[in-house]
Amino acid sequence: MKHRGLASIGIVAGLVAALQAACQAGLVKHSVVLAPSEMAASLWELLRSGAFTHAIWVTLTNVALSAAIAIAAGFAIGVALHSSRFLRRGVEPYLASYYAVPTFIFYPVFIVLLGVGSAPIIAIAVLLAIVAMITATLTGLDRIPGVLTKTAKILRLSPVKQAFLVQLPAAAPYLFTGARLAVAYSFIGVIASEFILSGEGMGYAIAYAYNNFDNRTMYGLMLLIIIVVTVVNAGLGALDRRLQSRLGR
Amino acid sequence: MRNALPPLVVALAFLAGWQLLHGMAGADTISSPAETVAFLARMMGTAHFWLDVGETGVAFLWALLLSMAFGIFLGVVLGLSSTAGEVVEPILVNFYALPKVTLYPLVLLAFGLGMSAKVAFGVMHGLVPIALLTRNAVTQLKPVYWRTAKVMRLTSAEVAFRVILPAIVPELVAGTRIGFSLSLLGVLIGEMFASKRGLGFAAVNAMGLGDIRTILAIGTFLAVFAVVANSGMLCLERALRHRSAGR
Repeated sequence: MKHRGLASIGIVAGLVAALQAACQAGLVKHSVVLAPSEMAASLWELLRSGAFTHAIWVTLTNVALSAAIAIAAGFAIGVALHSSRFLRRGVEPYLASYYAVPTFIFYPVFIVLLGVGSAPIIAIAVLLAIVAMITATLTGLDRIPGVLTKTAKILRLSPVKQAFLVQLPAAAPYLFTGARLAVAYSFIGVIASEFILSGEGMGYAIAYAYNNFDNRTMYGLMLLIIIVVTVVNAGLGALDRRLQSRLGR
Repeated sequence: MRNALPPLVVALAFLAGWQLLHGMAGADTISSPAETVAFLARMMGTAHFWLDVGETGVAFLWALLLSMAFGIFLGVVLGLSSTAGEVVEPILVNFYALPKVTLYPLVLLAFGLGMSAKVAFGVMHGLVPIALLTRNAVTQLKPVYWRTAKVMRLTSAEVAFRVILPAIVPELVAGTRIGFSLSLLGVLIGEMFASKRGLGFAAVNAMGLGDIRTILAIGTFLAVFAVVANSGMLCLERALRHRSAGR
């Protein structure tokens, strides 16, 4: 497993080195793509200058809020759907097609409802993230082995105790997968909304730099987003695999 | 008939919620479901709307075709070699989770304004899930298929076209279904920034003007199209799985 991970990193490093070489040899125009070393230098400068600290902070806060809301609400909705056959049969066909709908289109509707600022951005991100959590909760509750439920019955656990001592731990690995997806979708939702129509945040800063032909800042910020998202996703992914391997035991 | 009742009730509840929102937000801010449908019908009567649909449709078809061709090819290659698959998969998964909108300026600088940038953006969204699902399907193929292919001394091309592809048809439909929605999303987002035509441009134009009625009408049109296409492919997928399970 370790070797494979190193090989993946090696491939990425090789691609970066190839891009660097192509840029230095003049194969790629400077106005199109900057050399990776220049992107890194720009990233370092803009982190040190503090000009984008506020934007970074705004984006990360919005992502954290959206992910938290999506995970909590998605779990609650998943539990509710699991307990009612009628509701579940009614909602499930829509869940299967949900991600086919381009949610971003409805961003202005949320501006009208929630005003300008962070609220409509969080709303879009929650809409994008919540369904992954609902689906994961349903799968997790479906896969609880019957023997656990029976044991809980024999021990005469109260419903609350049963939920916290039996169902939650048994479904935890699936729930975590849902939470990981919710975080990834929150990043996508927040940054894309900022990019399309907003006045602050990292997405907006990239769009602004792009409109002003400020390639240096733009690539620096892009690199920052790629690094942050990759580190967060890879960290959660590693945790996820650990939980999943516990399932096999 | 009994199966159709719960989804119908949920749809009605959704419409009621929309109507309630319309009442709460004031008359002119959010149009009611009935107004939206009426407005959409009016829009669908104009030639301009169908020009936009055609523009988006062509870009979307190209994006979907390219995503499928490259995605299936990549998935089969990665599925055949387990080392390559295990090394490349984490990279693909990571790319899938990136907010690709941020890479949009890069696509524009590389492809220029217009059709090719839109298609490239659609492919960026659609390719990865198709490749991952195809790879998964290939790695989970029954070993007896491989042995039979070996016994019959099939060439690799024959193995790919006579054994692998027919065996993974249900998963291919599943991959296409997911690639379908993501390519559409990619093309629409592409049109929002880099186009003067197409539904994405019409939507972003309406956003700029604060024209909620048009946005809701376009959104409804796209949502209905996406949900209908998706449900159709879901039915096809189930039928195919049923058939291959029956054999």
